[in-house]
Amino acid sequence: MTKPRIEPQSVGAVAPATARFDDALHLRSGGRLDGYELVYETYGKLNAAHSNAVLVCHALSGSHHVAGRHADEETDSGWWNNLVGPGKPLDTRKFFVIGVNNLGGCDGSTGPRSRNAATGRPWGADFPFVTVEDWVDAQARLADTLGIDSFAAVIGGSLGGMQALSWTLQHPRRVRHAAVIASAPKLSAQNIAFNEVARQAILTDPDFYDGHFYERGTVPERGLRLARMVGHITYLSDDAMGEKFGRNLRHGKAVYSYEVEFEIESYLRHQGDKFAQQFDANTYLLTTKALDYYDPAFAHGGNLTAALTAARAGFLVVAFTTDWRFAPARSREIVYALAHNGRDVSYAEIDCAAGHDSFLLADPQYHAVLSAWFDRIEV
Amino acid sequence: MAGYRYDYDVITQWIAPGERVLDLGCGDGGLLRHLIDTRKVCGYGVENDPEKVVACVKNGINVIQADMNRGLTDFDDGFFDHVIMSLSLQAMHNTQGILAEMLRAGREAVVSFPNFAYWRHRQSILNGRMPVSRSLPYQWFDTPNVRFFTIDDFESLCEKCGIAIRKRLAFDEGAPIVDEPNFLASMAVYRLGRD
Repeated sequence: MTKPRIEPQSVGAVAPATARFDDALHLRSGGRLDGYELVYETYGKLNAAHSNAVLVCHALSGSHHVAGRHADEETDSGWWNNLVGPGKPLDTRKFFVIGVNNLGGCDGSTGPRSRNAATGRPWGADFPFVTVEDWVDAQARLADTLGIDSFAAVIGGSLGGMQALSWTLQHPRRVRHAAVIASAPKLSAQNIAFNEVARQAILTDPDFYDGHFYERGTVPERGLRLARMVGHITYLSDDAMGEKFGRNLRHGKAVYSYEVEFEIESYLRHQGDKFAQQFDANTYLLTTKALDYYDPAFAHGGNLTAALTAARAGFLVVAFTTDWRFAPARSREIVYALAHNGRDVSYAEIDCAAGHDSFLLADPQYHAVLSAWFDRIEV
Repeated sequence: MAGYRYDYDVITQWIAPGERVLDLGCGDGGLLRHLIDTRKVCGYGVENDPEKVVACVKNGINVIQADMNRGLTDFDDGFFDHVIMSLSLQAMHNTQGILAEMLRAGREAVVSFPNFAYWRHRQSILNGRMPVSRSLPYQWFDTPNVRFFTIDDFESLCEKCGIAIRKRLAFDEGAPIVDEPNFLASMAVYRLGRD
């Protein structure tokens, strides 16, 4: 094996760790997990005061693998590798950064693929519904295990931003700063509609077998593929899609077939295939439901300002001009609700063409804001 | 970044300790920083220039990136004790909308602007050239200013819009002007309220 190339400002080769929890976790859905495992990665060093920890929460298809490379892989850089590393905006020379795969996930933490001790078989569709708040509960136990009483910051994009926000409400004294990026205080009807189309694609796939496809030796690949294709349409802006693919034809002219003709078709099929081979259908269902259910204002009669009263953290909220899945107006709702509580909050609206996906890119203005914000955090 | 501006002292003396303050067009957050340090205010700034937004974050100022010309803020009525716009009103298209917004979200508004009728500006026009001065430091072709108005113009707009002028201070490049401000003052600062 050739020695992997180490890119500058990379955290380099990383390896995941697993934390086992034997205390039962009671879930918002009424379900219960008697024991569970969380797989996580860390970058940088926890300081003596244990005051420099930053938790990175992942979105729908993310994982604990936030930065660096796994030793046996040349190409699987973490999903937020451009953000996390020595000299990067979330600087691992200053901060101890933690990525964790959420409960119900399919990257190593206990989820639908795991064995249900009660039956001896994979959980499958019987895995209990988990919510954003449940994830935060589980992450808090991991923080306990790692000796972290309070986080310097919790950061996340999209569904990860909802977790960051929820952290500040569930554990206000344990989060000194929170970055809520390309997120929303709740999904809109249109957002839920897109999720429902994706779920129906999976639920109606003949290979799904009501979520118990593991024992059948099948994978509902068609459903996953369609779900991902729909998702990807909403993650890009019309402009970005037009600029990247336009009406480009693979054969230079119409050949009157249902095979790939337009380049956008090729892109969507490629994304769908890639996703279907690695992601778990039950995790996809659970995670989109967690997105749909998240609504901290619901218990306050829809009053978001009242819902955010408990927060104590200093906030950074970031949105992207071309993001129509989690539009800037949704982020502004969070900003004004925090300001009306007199909380410290800054809001940056980044002019980036890439739609919802912008939050994963290294737009210079976006990273300048994040760098400035992280630089001011005292550890 | 922008250095100390002499309207800051006037504005600061009108702000009570611990007030809630909104600064529209807050730049790098210099005024808010000053008000936090000297008056312990709970302050927010609105700014649309991306570099200035980063500067605010570096200064530890709460900044909300928004284009005041495109849409106004979503702050609750009367949420702020003072809404400030320091030397920015002349760069806004929606003058009346912004004044109304300031007095909606704030109990009082504080506005400062360069006086276009300042005698040096008049002299410049008489000589056939657009004025360039310390208070109007731009050339006609690169100015961010879009509204050119005078102290008298502003006060007649306030009367038309039912805006009460609670206090006015005028300056000639930092020196207080009491008589003939529309002729002798390069800049004016107002404390405004609702009638």
